[in-house]
Amino acid sequence: MSRQAAIGWTRVAVIVGSILLIEALCRLKIINPLTLIPPSEMAASLWELIVTGKVTDDIAQTFSTVAIAFVLSVVTGFILGAVIHALPRVRRAVDPLLASYYSIPFFVFYPLLIALFGLNTIPLIVIGFVFATAAMVISTLNGLDRVPRVLSKTTRVLRMSSSSSVLFVTLPAAAPYLFTGLKLALAYSFIGVIAGEFILSGGGLGYSIAYAYNNFDNQTMYALMMFVLVIATVMNGALHVFEQRMLRRRARA
Amino acid sequence: MTAQPPAWLAFSSRALDALVIAALFVAVWQGLYEYAGDSAITAPLATLSYAASLVKTSNFWGHAQATLVAFAYSLVISIVLGVVLGLALGLQRFAGDVAEPIFVALYTIPKVTLYPLILLIFGLGVSAKVAFGVIHGVIPIILFTLNAVKNINPVLLRTSRAMRLTQWQTVTTVLAPAVMPELITGVRVGFSLTMLGVLIGEMFASQRGLGFLIVNGISMHNVPMTTAVILIVVVFAIAANGLLLWIDKRMHRAA
Repeated sequence: MSRQAAIGWTRVAVIVGSILLIEALCRLKIINPLTLIPPSEMAASLWELIVTGKVTDDIAQTFSTVAIAFVLSVVTGFILGAVIHALPRVRRAVDPLLASYYSIPFFVFYPLLIALFGLNTIPLIVIGFVFATAAMVISTLNGLDRVPRVLSKTTRVLRMSSSSSVLFVTLPAAAPYLFTGLKLALAYSFIGVIAGEFILSGGGLGYSIAYAYNNFDNQTMYALMMFVLVIATVMNGALHVFEQRMLRRRARA
Repeated sequence: MTAQPPAWLAFSSRALDALVIAALFVAVWQGLYEYAGDSAITAPLATLSYAASLVKTSNFWGHAQATLVAFAYSLVISIVLGVVLGLALGLQRFAGDVAEPIFVALYTIPKVTLYPLILLIFGLGVSAKVAFGVIHGVIPIILFTLNAVKNINPVLLRTSRAMRLTQWQTVTTVLAPAVMPELITGVRVGFSLTMLGVLIGEMFASQRGLGFLIVNGISMHNVPMTTAVILIVVVFAIAANGLLLWIDKRMHRAA
């Protein structure tokens, strides 16, 4: 445990140390203030933006778009994964597709989506959805593959109905993999939506960052950048902690 | 034991699968075209003929070259940096344990938000694209290398100590072959992400490259251009990944 603690504290020290280093380099003007502003100023400017309510609409827009893309991709990905798992013939056909799915640079489709659906949130939802769904499909397949055969045999011995065996045995057994899918789907829909807003859109956090960049407004730009990075890190960190706890409980059982 | 079907039969059924999937894909594409019309997307056949005439123009190759040069630089830097960092962090157990979650966190954040910072550091041009490609591609290579070194069979390292190999000999004759399969997987993932990074960079702020052509096609209402370039990029990505996947599988089977 003490090694674990040492690792944890060293990690915190490394992160805090690098932030302080950047702060010092900026304050000492070794880094040009036109290139990067000190983190403390970013935080102050971010606070200002939040309190004055200037970015509330953008935040609301980005998060609602991410939420829609995330929910759609998780539901669709899970259903597709379950269906593909049940049909081995189909699975053999789509396996190569899934293996090369993430080699496709999906953002090249984004301008086409704008031409198809117009400059609104639909292309953003679609790009986030397309980016996230395959991760959920792959995780669902992984999870269902790894349900121990003895468990499904036991459900038959106990003459459980198929619905209760899925609900009480298959899903809990596959849960850690499904959770990984959830985690990836969230990260990917966030990346997809922000990147889309960044390239071309009419609102949202990514758009505001690009807009501030084009207007040489470093204060706003770095404040929003910090906001996005902190939110993404906190979100992923929370899911990671939850996942570890789930795995530990499982290991004990 | 189940009887294995003959190899040619398995191959032809796989080819049939690929054909069916490709046909489905073209059908969806055609459907989108019927739904949205010429102003949004070009039909498959028209795109193919446009792409065929496009690859004969020198203008296209100028942009393709810009993308490929930036991509090649970022890929080489990502691989060298990723392997060196991954090996170092994998061998120093403590540093590796400290760094790994940090890299995992960096992997999942939307790195596209960092692009203005990179533009301010490097200025508009090829070096910003390269740097952006590297921050996308280097992390998976570090993570795969790190994990390969960490999970290496300890007997191998003990044997190399027993044989009194120097550090350099250990790395070249024991470590490198042992981590190679995982490394290839890392390079495959890094390859795709580096390309993604370079293309996003070109789409956001650039006057050259295939990413620029795609965005420019839409803003100039030159939809055939956009569709054709997307097709070329996607075909290239899938072909390159297929090749790397094939090497990857062979490596893992040999190991």
